[in-house]
Amino acid sequence: MSAAVRLTDQQKRERIARRIAQELRDGYYVNLGIGIPTMVSNYVPSHIDVTLQSENGMLGVGPYPVEGCEDPDIINAGKETVTELPGTSYFSSADSFAMIRGRHIDLSVLGAMEVDQNGDLANWMIPGKMVKGMGGAMDLVASGRRVIIAMEHTTKTGAPKILPKCTLPLTGIKVVDTIVTEMAVIKVTPEGLVLEEIAPDTTVDDVQKATAVKLIVKEPLKTMQL
Amino acid sequence: MNKVIASADEAVADVHDGATIMFGGFGLCGIPENLIAALVRNGAKNLRTIANNVGIDGYGTGSLLDAGQIASHTGSYVGENKLLEKLVLAGTLPLRLLPQGTLAEAIRAGGAGIPAFFTPTGVGTLVADGKEVREFDGRQFILERALTADFAIIKAWKGDRLGNLVYRKAARNFNPIMATAAAITIAEIEELVEPGEIDPDHIVTPGIYVHRLVVGERYEKRIERRTVQERAK
Repeated sequence: MSAAVRLTDQQKRERIARRIAQELRDGYYVNLGIGIPTMVSNYVPSHIDVTLQSENGMLGVGPYPVEGCEDPDIINAGKETVTELPGTSYFSSADSFAMIRGRHIDLSVLGAMEVDQNGDLANWMIPGKMVKGMGGAMDLVASGRRVIIAMEHTTKTGAPKILPKCTLPLTGIKVVDTIVTEMAVIKVTPEGLVLEEIAPDTTVDDVQKATAVKLIVKEPLKTMQL
Repeated sequence: MNKVIASADEAVADVHDGATIMFGGFGLCGIPENLIAALVRNGAKNLRTIANNVGIDGYGTGSLLDAGQIASHTGSYVGENKLLEKLVLAGTLPLRLLPQGTLAEAIRAGGAGIPAFFTPTGVGTLVADGKEVREFDGRQFILERALTADFAIIKAWKGDRLGNLVYRKAARNFNPIMATAAAITIAEIEELVEPGEIDPDHIVTPGIYVHRLVVGERYEKRIERRTVQERAK
């Protein structure tokens, strides 16, 4: 049994967000999805400037407001109250998605239910069970810019989420660049899924057991810097 | 010219059974809450609604669903409405889900006289079923149709009697594009100003798109997810 199993859900989520924040570069425009992706903004290195885009029509998303200063007209795509920064701008939903499809966003970070070895992503629908809708996810992944998936390595019951082929309805085909979980950093390549980094409290065997696809282990294999 | 109508009830009085209606807003942010309440009172049935969301149970456009006034819905994310999920899973409410960017562009195109457009969004997914796929410069795109409506019911911040509108912050979202895409656009505003008071450079929706204007009687502006910073200890 791997040590990572002992992490609480919150610790897993923080770890994933912390690792993804290391992928940010100065000057990036970034869209963060709902859930773990939103937490990435807590770990932006202080020496770089990253501008967050929210697809409901806001560029330059600031932190949550202090209590009592919530403005119902300032929300992010998760409908959470947020704040403005100097230089924030607002625009319509059509302009927002022109920005996204037009490849102006450098990086999108999204959650996932399933990812497969082709980089196909499923994160919006469970037929017959859940009716929610894709929201902006399909547009974000269709832009062709870099997509990082932030997710727990397995389902709540321990079943792999990284599969030979997605079983749920797809959000996009060949769209995922990198998968970051509490156990590993995995890159999608034409040759297959490459295990680039593992967490300090796990082993290659543990990661492979939790993954339904044979991983190509990169040499030298790095340890996730947390 | 004066497009101001005395009351929300009067502004929606001719919304008829079977009408196709676009509603502005993202979640509960920037929704025309006074006009929606008036439409519940109006009682028009079999409405075909187009909106990003269906509010939440019992509030926003969700109150139209509760009242049994919605016959079908087109949107991108409806995850906050349990009744809608129940009706869709039971097969009693036709729901058409579009990617949010496709929904927005379809409305923009509808208002701009463009009948259809190619988008990369949804290639290889359920969204592409039955749609023409064409390759441009080595990438695949799907053909999506524009959307228009009988009525657009939207929310702005300030407006003048000519129908010129400005929005406030993220409450803009779908409102300005929907204003362009309907035969009749009904806008509710928080504050009525004199023509000329809004700097012409700042007007987002020019009055040509707006047919009726109502000053909202009261604004609840309910917050869907109140998130705050942890206080420093």
